[in-house]
Amino acid sequence: MNETTPTTTDTTDTGTDTDIGTDAPERRSVLRGFAAQQGRGIELGEVVALYAACIAVALFASAVLVEVTGGSWTEVFRALLDGSFAKPGRVGTTIGIAIPLLLVALGTIVSSQAGLVNIGQEGQVFIGAAVGAYVGVELGGPGPVALVALLVGGTAGGALWAGIAALLRYWRNVPEVLTTLLMVTIASQLVGFGLKHQSLLLAPAEGRANRQQVSEQLADSRRIPRVTWFGNEFPISAMLAIALAIGVAVIMARSVFGFRLRMLGANPRTARRAGTGEARFGTLALLISGGFAGLAGAAMLAGGDFGNYTLVPGFPASIGWTGLLVALVARQRALAAIFTAMVFAGLRSGSGFLAATGVERRITNVVEGFLVLALLIPPALLFIRDRRRSLAAARGRV
Amino acid sequence: MSTDQMAGAELLGSAPAVHLEGITKRYGSVVACDGVDLTLRRGRIHGILGENGAGKSTLMKILIGLTIPDGGSITIDGERCHIADPLDAAQRGIAMVHQHFSLVEALSVWENVALGDIGRLDPAAMRRRVGDISDQYGLHIDPDATVETLPAGMRQRVEIIKCLRRDPTILIFDEPTSVLTPEESEQLFTVLREVIAQNNRAVALVSHKLDEVLTASDEVTIMRRGRVVDRMPIADADAQSLATAMVGRSVSLRSERVGLGVVDASVSGTEIPDSDLSESPTVLRLEGITVTARGRRRLLDDLSLSVRAGEIVGIAGVEGNGQRPLADLLSSLVVADSGEVWVGDQKVPTGVPGAMAAAGVGVIPEDRHDSAIVQSMTVAENLFLVDHHRVSKHGFLRMNEVRARTAELIEEFGVSCSGPDAPMSSLSGGNQQRVVLARELSHDPAVLVAAQPTHGLDVGAIEYMTARLHDAAEAGLGILLISSELEEILDLSHRVIVLYEGRVIGEMNRDEVDLPRLGRLMGGQEV
Repeated sequence: MNETTPTTTDTTDTGTDTDIGTDAPERRSVLRGFAAQQGRGIELGEVVALYAACIAVALFASAVLVEVTGGSWTEVFRALLDGSFAKPGRVGTTIGIAIPLLLVALGTIVSSQAGLVNIGQEGQVFIGAAVGAYVGVELGGPGPVALVALLVGGTAGGALWAGIAALLRYWRNVPEVLTTLLMVTIASQLVGFGLKHQSLLLAPAEGRANRQQVSEQLADSRRIPRVTWFGNEFPISAMLAIALAIGVAVIMARSVFGFRLRMLGANPRTARRAGTGEARFGTLALLISGGFAGLAGAAMLAGGDFGNYTLVPGFPASIGWTGLLVALVARQRALAAIFTAMVFAGLRSGSGFLAATGVERRITNVVEGFLVLALLIPPALLFIRDRRRSLAAARGRV
Repeated sequence: MSTDQMAGAELLGSAPAVHLEGITKRYGSVVACDGVDLTLRRGRIHGILGENGAGKSTLMKILIGLTIPDGGSITIDGERCHIADPLDAAQRGIAMVHQHFSLVEALSVWENVALGDIGRLDPAAMRRRVGDISDQYGLHIDPDATVETLPAGMRQRVEIIKCLRRDPTILIFDEPTSVLTPEESEQLFTVLREVIAQNNRAVALVSHKLDEVLTASDEVTIMRRGRVVDRMPIADADAQSLATAMVGRSVSLRSERVGLGVVDASVSGTEIPDSDLSESPTVLRLEGITVTARGRRRLLDDLSLSVRAGEIVGIAGVEGNGQRPLADLLSSLVVADSGEVWVGDQKVPTGVPGAMAAAGVGVIPEDRHDSAIVQSMTVAENLFLVDHHRVSKHGFLRMNEVRARTAELIEEFGVSCSGPDAPMSSLSGGNQQRVVLARELSHDPAVLVAAQPTHGLDVGAIEYMTARLHDAAEAGLGILLISSELEEILDLSHRVIVLYEGRVIGEMNRDEVDLPRLGRLMGGQEV
């Protein structure tokens, strides 16, 4: 199959592939020559086929499950589609969910490229939202300034929360995979404590009606403006998230800093000799990773799609966990994460419509699980294949 | 055979426990063991002496069933047999204490000894048994001690107990003192004497240390390049003769090889002109460097050396005597407990990421996968791992510049690859090594550390590497050449320093090199 791809370097066909990996735009010129040799155009076809097959199997299994339990599978899928993209205005809802998913995924990509496993985004999101709520409510001054302060504060909160894990990692050798995870629980207890005390986050009695443990609602001036495009309303933080995705892609591929992080992730000893100290750059990577999650939390709060501008217990609503999956499915490519974030967000907004089908919640949960699995299996298979190939290459060359 | 008969006559009365005859083992075109004969007798410690790659380990692996020989015969207690696997060897009463321990640190001594047993575990009996063995041989081991709290010498005793409880007839020790302090080594040999005296066992002591073999063994077999070159009762041996036999004729100077037509003389005249380097400035100076591993053992011990511009200083020594920590130190990978490193007139802190590279120390490490290259990155990225400042502006890499310079370097160093963006993992070992060489030389280093630079390369690549190093020194670069290949060191170096247990044990200029003396130094005998 390789022979069908032009391998000469003077091919002018720059648009040969729709590869949306981090390094695609920068490496276009060389992709023409070298990557064509490697058959990347063909690989894309394989990837698409793999996803199509997995999703087809998941849909089939779901359909069987729904039918045997007495439901109607056409109704279920109709509801999923309607809720995510088809019904007027639903794309806006999906975008609103995709924004924090993308932000969390971007942070995950930065830390995992540096060889660190941050899986505590759920907690970092919560801390970011809590700091955002505190700043947004307590800080005076003009609205736009307060809004920026709210977002910056949320970012700093998430970064510092992940920074604790970095400190333990490089000071005491505690694996960050454990600390970040365990600190999710601590974060939720901490915010819960804040929501019990009026001096911290709890709204004054008249502001919360008969609801307990909620923060004061953000004033109008502290909310992220929402725009309406083609009948779909969403906060303008969507543009920020996309700009950040492009920024992360460029920085990881082209900047000296990104180069150092990738070096650290791939071979820490080589990196150390080259002046990229593990403690310094690893800490930076974790701070950035937590910062993105914190920003996601603050943007959720001020965006309006979650909790109605109010911090409530359980506010992160699994955005942190799902964001991890988004990064995983995007195979650590920032630009690809834009797309996968939309897919996961669509699954979530679509599931909101499932209740109306009358199919039992337990069954629809399984259907959603099948679809998530269908998205996760291809990257896992591709990872295993790449690994086998490089091992085989290594063996063949030595 | 005459030596064998002589030895046999002298040792009459002690029956052979094992007799190996004509053992041959090939790996591809490499002959690891070439018609080796060996006799181990009861009640005797038999030293097996040789350099790295002499075939000692392969021979021992054959004896304990880890490797099946291509030819030859094995006779145990007069019965000809075939050792199929380690279990088979254990049943025939052969046990081995490996150089690297296989202990579970978190478990206690008796638990470690019991590991691998089949059936019901009887803790009380096992504890008692371990205690009995310990008392019987004077090992002073507490069965309930946790292994992680024990120093290396005691851990080795746990390994010895693991062997002794099966009551073996033949015990093999592979480089047993490599992780021990001198006092621990002495204690080990006392224990060894106990072990053979009490049950009339046979012991094989594999070593490269002359002193050790001279003090601990009763007879010695010297191997070189897969063959037995000599054997004698220890009474007839002295350090001088052992050293000569061990390295002896294995060293052939480059000029000889050119004369024999093995090497193309036109590749480069690596015969070193006797230029006077005493005037040229010192580019690298180490003063009293000490590096300690976890658990007191010294990896580098008060090490001092210096390299002048244009000079190649060869670091000779048997592997594992501090070569790796030395290269790691100069790669900023380890922190020195004491001592100073000076590059030119600048003092460089040890262990600070990037400090050595920034000061101008180029390194070709022993294991390029460990600290020189990133397999998943491209050739271009690998070429600018260390010195990306040259191709970056405002914190961003200038990709056109990177690619242009990479193309130049690929051309200059003859790297065979599909282009600057070829993944490093797609290159052969020799070409990866060229990329490392290209990077380290293109950064205009003040001094270059080349550790086993030709290890694992084919003949052509070796010639290329050797010529490049030689030319670089001609051009005024100071080079520290760390190698376990004596040939390579003698070919290239102006001065030879011998490392032994992390210390500089001897130093000689090129024109004073005297092979027997070099051999004795490598074996740890101060001259």
